Amino acid sequence: MKYLLLIQTNPAVFEALSEEERNAVFAGHDAFSAELKESGELLGFVALADPSASTTVRVRGGAVDATDGPYVEAKEFLAGYYAVDCETPERAVALAAKVPDAAYTAIEIRPVMAEAGLEM
Amino acid sequence: MTGAPGLEDLLRACAPQVLGALVRRHGQFDAAEDAVQEALLAAFRQWPTEGVPENPRSWLVTVAARRLTDTFRSESARQRRELVSAPEEPPPVPGTDDTLTLFFLCCHPALSPTTQAALTLRAVGGLTTAEVAAAFLVPEATMAQRISRAKARLRGAEFVLPPPEDRAQRLSVVLRVLYLIFNEGYVATAGPALHRADLTAEAIRLTRAIRASLPTGAHPSAGASGGGASDTGGTPGGRGTPGGHGTPGGRGGSNDGSGSDGSGSDGSGSDGSGPGSGGAGSRGGAELAGAAGEVAGLLALMLLTEARRPARLGADGDLVPLADQDRLSWDGALISEGVALLTETLPVAPLGPYQLQAAIAAVHAEAPSAADTDWPQIVALYTLLERFEPGPMVTLNRAVAVAQVHGPQAGLELLDTLRPQLDRHHRWHAVRAHLLELAGDPAGARAAYREAARRTLSRPEQRYLNTRASRLAGG
Repeated sequence: MKYLLLIQTNPAVFEALSEEERNAVFAGHDAFSAELKESGELLGFVALADPSASTTVRVRGGAVDATDGPYVEAKEFLAGYYAVDCETPERAVALAAKVPDAAYTAIEIRPVMAEAGLEM
Repeated sequence: MTGAPGLEDLLRACAPQVLGALVRRHGQFDAAEDAVQEALLAAFRQWPTEGVPENPRSWLVTVAARRLTDTFRSESARQRRELVSAPEEPPPVPGTDDTLTLFFLCCHPALSPTTQAALTLRAVGGLTTAEVAAAFLVPEATMAQRISRAKARLRGAEFVLPPPEDRAQRLSVVLRVLYLIFNEGYVATAGPALHRADLTAEAIRLTRAIRASLPTGAHPSAGASGGGASDTGGTPGGRGTPGGHGTPGGRGGSNDGSGSDGSGSDGSGSDGSGPGSGGAGSRGGAELAGAAGEVAGLLALMLLTEARRPARLGADGDLVPLADQDRLSWDGALISEGVALLTETLPVAPLGPYQLQAAIAAVHAEAPSAADTDWPQIVALYTLLERFEPGPMVTLNRAVAVAQVHGPQAGLELLDTLRPQLDRHHRWHAVRAHLLELAGDPAGARAAYREAARRTLSRPEQRYLNTRASRLAGG
C-alpha cells in the first residue's frame, strides 16, 4: 500500500527548539530515509522551501495570474513528504512515528490512489 | 525484457530449472539467483543474433555457473580453491523438476506476501527486476533492495521440499501468492498500469507450472477414469455438485487434506537432497493430494476471470460492472478450459475455496445475461464458501446474490449485519448503494454511492461510483 507521509511544520515551534534538538531533527531525517531505503519501502521524498518562496497561479477566463506567496497564510504548512510503499496501514503509522517532526508537529498519512480497480 | 515473445517464453520456462540445477550444485540460492538473471539477460542479447543453442537449458546452466564462479572468485580465495577443484562443466541437469521446491522457497513464511510475489516472479518466473518493479509500480532500486533483502533473509534455508506435514499448508501460501499476482494484473486499467496486464498471463503460466510439478499421484484426476474433460457442456457448480461433497466442515478448510499417512511411503527421507534423487514419488507425495484440487481450482478461477477481461473496461477505460458487460466479448476458449478443469476436479478432489470461487465464476460465465444467471446456485456457493473462509467480504458478495433471489430488501438486511465490520470499507457502501437503487430509494442510493466514492482508493472505481451517483441526481 502506497502512502504519502505529509510533514506539517510550524516555524514558531521549530525556532523554539535548541540547536541540539534542531540538529537531531536533521540527523533524524537522514537516518529515516536511509532506513526506508534499506527496508525497500521508499518511493521518494522531497523537502519543500518556505511558503514565502511560493508562487500561486490562477487561470481566470484564460488569463494566467501568478502572484508571489502562498494562497493562504497558515501557522502550520507542508514542509515535505516521504512516499512509501509498505505492507499494512499499521506499518504506515509506525513509519510516520519515526519522522522526527512527529515529536513536535504532526505527520499526516494519506493513501495514494491506484489506477486500478475492480468492476462492481 | 523486450524481444521475440517466443524467445521470452522459452527463457522464462527454463529459469526455474536452471536455478534449481545451480542451487543443487552450489547451494547458494542468493548468488545463484543473481547468476541466473545474468545468464537470462546474456541469452536475450546473444540468441537473437547467434541462434538458439541446441540445448538452451544446458547453455543457461553453463553460463550461469560461470558467472557464479566469477562471483565466488572475486569474493574469496578459499571459495576459489573449492571451485577450481570442481569440474568446469556443470553436471547434466537432473531429470527432476525443482520448480516446486523453488516455489516453496520463494513463498517462504518468513517473507511478506508482496515480497513473496516479487521473488517468485523473478526467481521462478524469470522476470527482470525492472519488470517486477514495473508490475508493482515502484522504482527499480526499491524492488532490487526488496529482492536482495528477501534473499538475505532466506540465507541458510535449505533447498529441499518442506517437511511432509507442512507441505499442504505451504502450498496454500504459494497459491495465495499466485492469486495476488493475478489480481495485481487483473485490476489494472490504463496508463502505466496497462503493462501489468502481463501479470495475469504470468500468474496463469506459473499456476500451470506448479500444477505440472505436482507428483502425478497428487492430481485428483489421475484416479478418475475418463474424467470430465470432454464434458464441458454443464455448469460445474450446477446440479447440486457442491452439495454432493457432503459437509465441508468435516475437512476443516483449505489447508487440510494433509493425509500424513502417506509420509512413510513417499521416500521423504531423501527428497530433494541430491541431484540424483527424486522420481515422481519423492517430489511432493500424498501430502499434496488434497491440495492439488485447489491448484486446479485456482487455475480455473484465473482462467474464468481472465475470460472477462476484454469486457471489463469501456472504450474510455471506465469500469463496466459484470451485469452490463458485453458477454459476447468474453473469451470462450478460456471459459471452456476453466469449466472443463472444474468439471474434472470437483467430483474427485476435496472441496476448497478456490474451487468454490471458480464455480461461482463458472455460473456467471455460462449465464447468457445477468438476469438469466442461476442466482440461487450462486447464493448456495457463497454460503458454502463462507464455511471455508468466513469473512465479511464473502458475506457481502452473498448479499448481492441474495438480493437477486429474494429482492433488494433481503440483501439490505444481510448487509446491515456487516455494518460494524465494514462501514469504513467503500465496497460495503457501493453494494448498499446498488441495493438501495434496486429498492427504489434514489436519494439513499445517491448518498451511498458518494460515500463509497469518497472511501475507495481506486481512481477508476471513484469515477464509476461518482457517475452512478450523478445519474441518480435527478431522481
